[in-house]
Amino acid sequence: MKITGRVWKFEANINTDVIMPGFTQLLPPAERPQHAFSPNRPGWTKLVQIGDIIVADKNFGTGSSRPAARVLKDLGIGCLLAESINGLFFRNCVNEPFHALEVVGVIDAFQEGDVAEVDFDKATVTNTRTGQVLQGQVWPEALLKILNAGGIMSLLESEGLLGDDYI
Amino acid sequence: MGMNIVEKIMARSSGRSVVRPGDLVVVKVETAVLTDMAFIADHSDKLKLPKTLHDPDKVIIINDHITPPKDLATAEGVLRSRTFALKTGVRFHDIGANQGICHQVLADHAYALPGTVLVCGDSHSCSSGALNCCARGLGTTDILYTFCTGQTWFKVGETVRYEFTGELQKGVSAKDVFLYIAGKYGDHVNCNIEFGGPAADSFSLDARRTLSTMAAEVSVEFAVWEPNAQLAEYVKARNHRPFQMTYPDPDAAYLDVRAIELRPIEPYVALPDKVINNTVPVSQLGEKIKVDQCCVGSCANSTLEDLEAVAEILKGRKIADRVRFLVTPGSQLVYREAAKRGIINILIEAGCLLTPPTCGVCAGLNNGVLAGEEVCITATTRNFKGRMGSNSAKIYLGSPAVIAASAVTGHITDPRGFLEVNSK
Repeated sequence: MKITGRVWKFEANINTDVIMPGFTQLLPPAERPQHAFSPNRPGWTKLVQIGDIIVADKNFGTGSSRPAARVLKDLGIGCLLAESINGLFFRNCVNEPFHALEVVGVIDAFQEGDVAEVDFDKATVTNTRTGQVLQGQVWPEALLKILNAGGIMSLLESEGLLGDDYI
Repeated sequence: MGMNIVEKIMARSSGRSVVRPGDLVVVKVETAVLTDMAFIADHSDKLKLPKTLHDPDKVIIINDHITPPKDLATAEGVLRSRTFALKTGVRFHDIGANQGICHQVLADHAYALPGTVLVCGDSHSCSSGALNCCARGLGTTDILYTFCTGQTWFKVGETVRYEFTGELQKGVSAKDVFLYIAGKYGDHVNCNIEFGGPAADSFSLDARRTLSTMAAEVSVEFAVWEPNAQLAEYVKARNHRPFQMTYPDPDAAYLDVRAIELRPIEPYVALPDKVINNTVPVSQLGEKIKVDQCCVGSCANSTLEDLEAVAEILKGRKIADRVRFLVTPGSQLVYREAAKRGIINILIEAGCLLTPPTCGVCAGLNNGVLAGEEVCITATTRNFKGRMGSNSAKIYLGSPAVIAASAVTGHITDPRGFLEVNSK
């Protein structure tokens, strides 16, 4: 899959409490994305266009197990490219699914506003302004299977394993 | 070449003879846990649940995040949790004699078994590494996958081993050791931590839990302790299920082995907004930092030992004027034991407010929310911007002793002076 989008840059150690502030956990899912990054970048979500790409430094998504990857996906972010991604956050990306790649060197290779071209399956990233190409970590086959199934809940549903609420 | 603790547990749980960093393994899960939060928040509008559980005997539901509920919406969520637990017949901890914060409950009853894999829908699940268990926090949907299939996957990471030597100073605790490590070594993304060394036995199970729990804050995968004889006795007395104490091979490989000399470590705090590379000794803070609210609790610091540390400082003292001190026992079991030992009385006499054993204060959910510009020093897990309320509130992290000393003086304070006075 090919993803092309405008780049927004974020620093190291971005945590889930700023991606998805605590109080939004109690809001309906559709109302959560507008509050993304409100503690550290208020107003940012109004500037985001569908398909934009987040480029981040080390340890993106540190913190809680809350469905913060879903918030970025629902906000319309096309892909996350980070120097490294917190393991729990990465699993939540796989399960949504939300396209996210670890790409060493990405933080220095892009300026905010650049356009990134991502070949997701091959995990290659190109800066269209400079022509620089970076190689990221390819998702293992087993995780691509979850991605292609439309996420973990779709996978379980297709296998007939989920039922209705117990109430 | 041998294997370290995490690699051995991964190998055993995946039916392989050898596991190495980089391997993607599918493992059998011994214990799978969800909290009320999954039923309240994650997919509240359309939560779909397993038709049948792969093995109800391996599942536990613990109501701990917004229990008792604070409003109608959370009450409906907690009801979904309760109904699911009762209909499936799994082990269930709701308000009553054995309720508590999930990681404390997992330790109270030794549900987390040495040498096995545990997954839980809360991010601090690496806490159970204190019981020599490969435990990890996962998202709700990931846990539902385990409920359905009995398994999960891990990409095995490299392991950093911390070797403790020497002895901690009086007034310095596991929380300070963690803050020292987080300040010096930073993140451990995609890596495991193994704790051991000659001084490992000086860390009680409670102290081990503080370090394993806080390891989540340096983005660790697993944070596992080398077991000892006391652990085996502890588990056997509480859980009759089989377990396997798992030690590293002598020739196990590590990404790094770091010797930590305990004696020089001072009381530390994390400065507001982030933990990683953002910690300093209290003695180096410089200016006096006045506090509005003090908290001790959460899965990191709500053990009996933590409450004892607070009581040791508060005995015969009063909390400063205009300072609020909220204390959360980790579970009803911890609460009862603290009451029996007279700890609770000391806290109440000094002016503390005891909260129910929940995540409420730490996560800013239903207790102790901070107003704009307020300053809080807290022995909980996170100091992230906005976590406990206003985005302009400042959250410092420290040990229970640092928090208690700060509550007495009204500003962030090194507890060692108080303890010297006590021992005279």
